[in-house]
Amino acid sequence: MKGSRRGTIEKAPGIGDFRQAGAQPAAGWTTHEKDERLVPTHCCFCGVQCGMYLRVSTDGRVFGVEPRDHDINKMKLCPKGVTAYQQVNHPDRLTQPLMRSQRGEPLRPVSWDEALDRVVSEIRRIQETYGHDAFGVYSGSSMTTEKTYLVGKFARVALGTANVDYNGRLCMVSAGAGNKKAFNVDRAANPWSDMLLTDVILVAGANVAECFPVMTQYFWAARDRGAKLITVDPRETALARTADIHVGLRPGTDAAFFNGVLHVIERDGLIDERFIAERTVGWDEVRDVVADYTPERAGNICGLDPALIEKVARMWGEADKAMAFHARGIEHHIQGVGNVLTVIDLVLATGQIGAPGKGYGTITGQGNGQGGREHGQKCDQLPGQRSIDDPEARSYVAQVWGIDESELPQKGLTAVEIIHAAEAGDVKGLIGLCNNPLVSMPKGNRIRRGYDALEFHCQLDFFLSETAERADVVLPTTAWAEDEGVTTNAEGRIVKHNKATEPPEGVRTDWWVICEIARRLGRHADKFSFDSPRAIFEELRVASKGGFADYHGVTYERIEETGGIFWPCPSEDHPGTPRLFEDRFFHPDGKARFTAVKWIPPAEEPDEEFPMRLTTGRTVAHYLSGNQTRRIGALVEQAPRPWVEIHPSLGFANGDPVKVVTRRGEVTYPALVVSTIRPDTAFVPYHWASPAAANDLTVDDLDPTSKIPEFKVCACRLEQGAEVTVVPLPPVEPGKTPYSDEMGSTDDRRPPTAPQGRGTAR
Amino acid sequence: MMNRTLFIDPGRCIGCQACVAACRECDSHRGRTMIHLDYVDEGNSAAAMPTVCMHCEDPVAPCAQVCPADAIPVGPDGIVHTAAKERCIGCENCVHACPFGVPKLDLTEMLQYKCDMCYDRTSRGLSTMCATVCPTGAIFYGSYEELLADRPHSRASDLFGFSDSLVQTGCAMVVPAGRESVSVPGGYV
Repeated sequence: MKGSRRGTIEKAPGIGDFRQAGAQPAAGWTTHEKDERLVPTHCCFCGVQCGMYLRVSTDGRVFGVEPRDHDINKMKLCPKGVTAYQQVNHPDRLTQPLMRSQRGEPLRPVSWDEALDRVVSEIRRIQETYGHDAFGVYSGSSMTTEKTYLVGKFARVALGTANVDYNGRLCMVSAGAGNKKAFNVDRAANPWSDMLLTDVILVAGANVAECFPVMTQYFWAARDRGAKLITVDPRETALARTADIHVGLRPGTDAAFFNGVLHVIERDGLIDERFIAERTVGWDEVRDVVADYTPERAGNICGLDPALIEKVARMWGEADKAMAFHARGIEHHIQGVGNVLTVIDLVLATGQIGAPGKGYGTITGQGNGQGGREHGQKCDQLPGQRSIDDPEARSYVAQVWGIDESELPQKGLTAVEIIHAAEAGDVKGLIGLCNNPLVSMPKGNRIRRGYDALEFHCQLDFFLSETAERADVVLPTTAWAEDEGVTTNAEGRIVKHNKATEPPEGVRTDWWVICEIARRLGRHADKFSFDSPRAIFEELRVASKGGFADYHGVTYERIEETGGIFWPCPSEDHPGTPRLFEDRFFHPDGKARFTAVKWIPPAEEPDEEFPMRLTTGRTVAHYLSGNQTRRIGALVEQAPRPWVEIHPSLGFANGDPVKVVTRRGEVTYPALVVSTIRPDTAFVPYHWASPAAANDLTVDDLDPTSKIPEFKVCACRLEQGAEVTVVPLPPVEPGKTPYSDEMGSTDDRRPPTAPQGRGTAR
Repeated sequence: MMNRTLFIDPGRCIGCQACVAACRECDSHRGRTMIHLDYVDEGNSAAAMPTVCMHCEDPVAPCAQVCPADAIPVGPDGIVHTAAKERCIGCENCVHACPFGVPKLDLTEMLQYKCDMCYDRTSRGLSTMCATVCPTGAIFYGSYEELLADRPHSRASDLFGFSDSLVQTGCAMVVPAGRESVSVPGGYV
């Protein structure tokens, strides 16, 4: 029914079409397959890592999904999970290497040999001319741990460059740095099933209902057992709507809020003195700092009624058991690490960690956001979450890799810094994979300048992303269903993705491509003779052995048998560690560290010219830069384009073209006027490309420790616009018709019905 | 209400449309969603609500009553089925008669489609696709006893009021405690 009937008939009340025009999978429907196989695997999208079955026909095509009763999700799926399989046979898939001889020329198909030879000769030329570190690798965390491990090894061993980093730098690093500081390990402390045992759950800066929809069942299971829910967010999200307390604070004031809460808890004697004395270090300094954050002062900074801070403090402080969660809302700040530490201070001061129903965790954003940051593709870490400047770790990993420790580079630049270094001419060549920074990095114009300044850029992907479109060489790689390997979900549970189908002809796995480049380069080529993900995993087990994220006891077979193993798991007879810190924290003395944090204002505060705060985030139908989800009909139909969410008191009508202006740029969005957002704050979802990109507006100031950009707040001005900015179609290779053209996403000028998208009644 | 049936709990709905996406996956109507998802308090909250066929029991399903072609079968189990393709004449009577706005007419085929509680699944003892995937449990499939075992504080009603007409349904709506014995306001009067 593709393309039929959309908007062609004036509808009588109660009569409508079925929206099927937009909801067709690009590869069409296949039904009633005889003798279909169900392949157990997990979703490719967020950090929940829901179990699912892929339906595979007898001739090996993935054609559907079936719910799977896995421990994590208990058959539940979100709309992205239900439609994820539609990527596999998508007509936009890249199936041949593409290359251009110089910028400005169109990409043209070439053979794998020609493409790889070009990559290798450019790596050689750039490294010989400018030095090893002039060639960088920018990776991602939506691929298996085997691949992310291999990327770190490839950069250090085959390229000998210090400049390797990953897109978790835009996502998880504030939480990671805060956790390392407080606990000396970077992992959520509890399995989510602990939520069923707790009395109070606090969620800060996490739009759980849209970004981790399937996690909401844990909140309701807890509430059905009597638990209270506190949400902290500038927007009253779908989870916040029914919370016992919703704290609608001003973006960029989280540390002041949590210091205010801890002030009241300390003042009212609700701290756990015994826990503080026995299991922590540094309370006195925190106590002295929070003394300055009276509810009145904190309320003033946060734009809140001080009574609300008192109320939260009492609900948390008086709870027998409590758990705190946070996500990017508090982490995407120049004080991202500090914000995280204020939540940890609250947890430690009240002794709410390390026991059933008592705990804390960040909610990892990407599918393998946890596993992808543990094994060495972070610029400052080696496998096993080891620090790259730890001499013992260096010598161990060098020995596993069979190289001399002196060959192992030191810490390199972080993600955004690599692109800024390209702009400055210090990084000349780049291999990118599993990311789309031209949509996802802040201050888009500067990022485009950085990529344009590269002498050579190679990008690996299975769809032609906005970033791949500008590359010199594009290498077509597998979608998740075409390869196997492990991921680690937001709880720290290692699960396994299984291969459901062969890749399309011409497509290679990311690990094959990396190994092949290494082999052709010749530098330690023998260290990249892997013939399967399993072979890489076996080496990873050894490389992580004795580290913080110890996978040594995890095998593919054990994962299949158990449904997932929580690290650390040092030996094959070890059951894994679902709950951390029951006896000790990971610092040598076993104690957790308090950190006193003084609130600092965001990098860009509102002023007369730009009086509003702009914040950015996700919507439920899309994932990250949208390179995958903007091509899936059902998801495009639900959320075809970005919008600006604003409060009715600003005087704009729903659907008005509203121009959002910042010092970086301007974009005109249709207004979604809702009373669920603060009047001083505007929200834009970030999944779409320039010229409609939220990241054309954001600031690129970084947290000094984690180097995370401040995506969650900058200053903006709203004006009545003329026409809303047209959303560009997702790129496809030259000569192809984009499937998305039929989905009508470009000509849509309307805002959604609600932040979650457009209702089925339209 | 039916023994094993659907319970709709709008309080839990997060409007994610997993139910809509999952409904489209059904082999008997791929690409068409039989479930409706509305943002019921536009501009004021993130509230949302799915609408499935409520499988009216008393009076017998209005859609079936008004069908001039006798195309909408009602099974002994209470399931009100989609109009039989060989009988449906695309007259829209059912569309207008349904108090919940459930049946839809495919304007290309001129055939009616409606939710049949995933008969292909529920008749084999499986849960409906929407309830299976619903991330929050806003759509629950099971008996009232099973609902209460899982959610001791929940109460449900299977009686809806439309002006002075009462409709008893096979599916039920989770309602605030104390409201389970009064009819659920049915919308426009």
